[in-house]
Amino acid sequence: MNEPTIYELSSHGRRGVRFPEPEVPLSPLPEQFVREDLPLPELSEQDVVRHYTHLSQMNYSVDGGFYPLGSCTMKYNPKVNEEAARLPGFAFTHPLQPIETVQGNLALMYQLQEWLKEISGFDAISLQPAAGAQGEFTGVLIMRAYHRSRGDLKRNKILIPDSAHGTNPASSAMSGMQVISVPSDKRGNVDLEALQAACDDTLVGLMLTNPNTLGLFDEHLVEVIEIVHKAGGLVYGDGANLNALLGVTQPGKNGFDVMHFNLHKTFSTPHGGGGPGSGPVGVTAHLADFLPGPIVDIIEEGDSEMPPLYGFVMPAKTIGRVKAFHGHFGMHIRAFTYIAMHGAEGLRSVAEHAVLNANYLLARLRGTYTVPYDRICKHEFVVEGRWEDAPDVRALDIAKRLMDYNFHPPTNYFPLIVHEALMIEPTETENKQTIDAFADAMIKIAEEARRDPQLLKEAPHSAPVGRVDEVRAARDLVLCCRLPEEA
Amino acid sequence: MFIPHTDAEREEMLRTIGVKSLEDLFQDVPASLRFPKIDLPPALSEMEAIADLEDLSQGNETTRSLACFLGAGAYNHYIPAAVDTILRRGEFYTAYTPYQPEISQGTLQAIFEYQSLMAKLTGMDVCNASHYDGATAAAEAVVMAYHNFHGRRLKVILSPAVHPQFRAVIRTYTQGYENLTILGDSAGADPYQSPDALLPFIDDQTAIVFVQYPDFFGRIFDYSKLVEAAHGVGAMVAVVANPTALGLLKPPGEFGADVVVAEGQPLGIPLSFGGPYLGIFATRKEYVHRISGRLVGETVDTQGRRAYVLTLTAREQHIRRERATSNICTNQGLMALASTVYLSVVGKHGLRQVANLCYQNAHYAARRIAEIPGYTLCSDAPFFHEFAVCCPKPVEDINTHLLDHGILGGYDLSRDYPSLKNQMLIAVTEMNTREEIDALCEVLEEVSRE
Repeated sequence: MNEPTIYELSSHGRRGVRFPEPEVPLSPLPEQFVREDLPLPELSEQDVVRHYTHLSQMNYSVDGGFYPLGSCTMKYNPKVNEEAARLPGFAFTHPLQPIETVQGNLALMYQLQEWLKEISGFDAISLQPAAGAQGEFTGVLIMRAYHRSRGDLKRNKILIPDSAHGTNPASSAMSGMQVISVPSDKRGNVDLEALQAACDDTLVGLMLTNPNTLGLFDEHLVEVIEIVHKAGGLVYGDGANLNALLGVTQPGKNGFDVMHFNLHKTFSTPHGGGGPGSGPVGVTAHLADFLPGPIVDIIEEGDSEMPPLYGFVMPAKTIGRVKAFHGHFGMHIRAFTYIAMHGAEGLRSVAEHAVLNANYLLARLRGTYTVPYDRICKHEFVVEGRWEDAPDVRALDIAKRLMDYNFHPPTNYFPLIVHEALMIEPTETENKQTIDAFADAMIKIAEEARRDPQLLKEAPHSAPVGRVDEVRAARDLVLCCRLPEEA
Repeated sequence: MFIPHTDAEREEMLRTIGVKSLEDLFQDVPASLRFPKIDLPPALSEMEAIADLEDLSQGNETTRSLACFLGAGAYNHYIPAAVDTILRRGEFYTAYTPYQPEISQGTLQAIFEYQSLMAKLTGMDVCNASHYDGATAAAEAVVMAYHNFHGRRLKVILSPAVHPQFRAVIRTYTQGYENLTILGDSAGADPYQSPDALLPFIDDQTAIVFVQYPDFFGRIFDYSKLVEAAHGVGAMVAVVANPTALGLLKPPGEFGADVVVAEGQPLGIPLSFGGPYLGIFATRKEYVHRISGRLVGETVDTQGRRAYVLTLTAREQHIRRERATSNICTNQGLMALASTVYLSVVGKHGLRQVANLCYQNAHYAARRIAEIPGYTLCSDAPFFHEFAVCCPKPVEDINTHLLDHGILGGYDLSRDYPSLKNQMLIAVTEMNTREEIDALCEVLEEVSRE
């Protein structure tokens, strides 16, 4: 089922959306700057709409089915969020308008900052970071700036558990830090002895994902944080897995110094086929001055007659801007809507049911799949996609076979500390029938793996395309459409 | 609320797990830290929530209620209805990064087309799957240049006429590279200097030279001499481009740019108070292994059918961890899709039309404003759709007055350039009618007489 490219569909001289003719006297463009050829396609509006409709039909999506992609929190994206973000009063505001003309936007951002503070227990928030990875990078720069502001220049080492997302070490390296990996213990916690041994006076801090990527809450959380703090280091929380903690515990009150949120995971803003995300950062009071800005604050207090005047302020020792303007405002609106519709009880219920669904699914798969770290999990868990009596079958084959049952596969081959890992996160918005159907499919696939392994090796059988040749893609790089005249 | 569980189902699930209550699932959280009181307003129903949001949104003035002459990096353009129609398809916006190519061909082919359109528009060989915005794309270009020379070239030359927020983000991104020096845009530099003023900074320690096209003040320069000088010492050249302008102007690939970055917002993305926008990043073939971010490549499936897949992933953080080319994980998928649909639906002819309307309207406005006593154009260089005006009064005062007449005035350049007092950067696009431009001139004249 191939769809031609937009260039292959192009027909010379065809027109799409038209614009009016100029109504002003014309000025010539200096000859030396004029572009001769503009190699863009030529299609009618219907050609374009049909083409992208066809493409959309080749996608799996949350709206289409169960998407238990571990660590990605593929929960339902409420449709009202989309309405809210497109309200003309928001969508048609320019980022550099005078603040008096955008008090609605600023009030929303201020309120969202306040709500995120309350939910997380942190003292200050910047909404600017564009995504989780940028939130991490921001967090590491803040930790670095904090030590440097105290004249403590020798600190250049960041500790990262071996179960962490790859963005953690990459963000640290981009900040000029040396990365030291800390092993996990037998129960999936940070290995306390190894942590202690790695802590010295060159420590910037620890980047801790809690619950970690095994879906486990660290049983020594208090001790871990204490060890790092004793060595003068800071503790960074990777908020990727915050969905399990809403209303359950506040990282900012547990000893974490800084944390990023993923509005696109925890607070239901859509993943968009890979972005835009939104990665606000929260910090405790001693790091507030280092936040990227500007952030929203009250410039003039209000009274019974007048609402307060909101404006932008730059934190005193800011690490600077991490992007232009004020962050992904469209995502802030969606997250705001989501929080407003949940309240405190609703958010706690989100975490409880995310954890309920994960443990229920784990219970249904236990016995069929090996669970390397088997205890009550939080919002996700990891199983091994391999069996001794089906030696040829790998996690990848199970993942591909799931597509034939019309499920999106779990995250595979991550975390790296589990062989043939399948990392499964059902989220709270899935009902019991869907989870049961997924469990049934997983169990059936385990049988197929023994009976007819080839069925798995050749899967998917019902997707728009079969397995793709990744080696060829990387070897014979084709990164652009061939233009008809080049063919 | 979006939790579907009935009481009976919840009980059954807890029984299967072997616990009595939901609370039992959280015994691993230290008791003293467990279930704190969270103070949030009571939950709203959907109809209450949207009514509240509607109220908040009405606390704003908008580019619909005002005639907008504000640009400075974000531009008021027409977005054809087809763009949002496609964006609102759940198959696109509720999918994630296409890690599983067999069931993500829609997203993958759309990104592949995005890469193609942007490579053609900029005149470059390859384009990645996008960055968060133009400013972070610019910062990633500096990081790429640093690694391209293995950290042995330690100078970055920035034109003072590159967008101030882009320059700020470049500085934020590179603060961990302690031996890197950024030159060219010091406080003493004349913001309106010709690009040739950067020539003395360029030497064999230079990793990359950064200019903007049209520049922050809207001006169009021929950068070929600068490019020649940079290439002469083996340095790279990055150009921050305006994608609408490239509908009319020679693409940077034609005058030798090694990297072209751009803020993609003008291509079908709403102003939305500054984001989400789109970071376009295009470069030459020889740098493809050094690009940060995702890339989609063409290949075949097991049956020999054409298919698309994320490729060259060995550069990326999930494989390479601390040795990756960047920490970037996702791209700006849906915004890249918006620009792809936009460029497809306006096409070759439509983009030329939009660019020409911007050019013509801006030149009409500039000519009219320069005729008003007390106002002059701050530069006589050719420009595209934005120009700086030297005003008889502080820009803030003029803008207050304009606002009273339903006009959103231009950007106050003294906010970023203290030496540019009373200078306003005015942007004009296809959205501005002749009537609006005439009204702007009338009020400007009125202000000068007060």
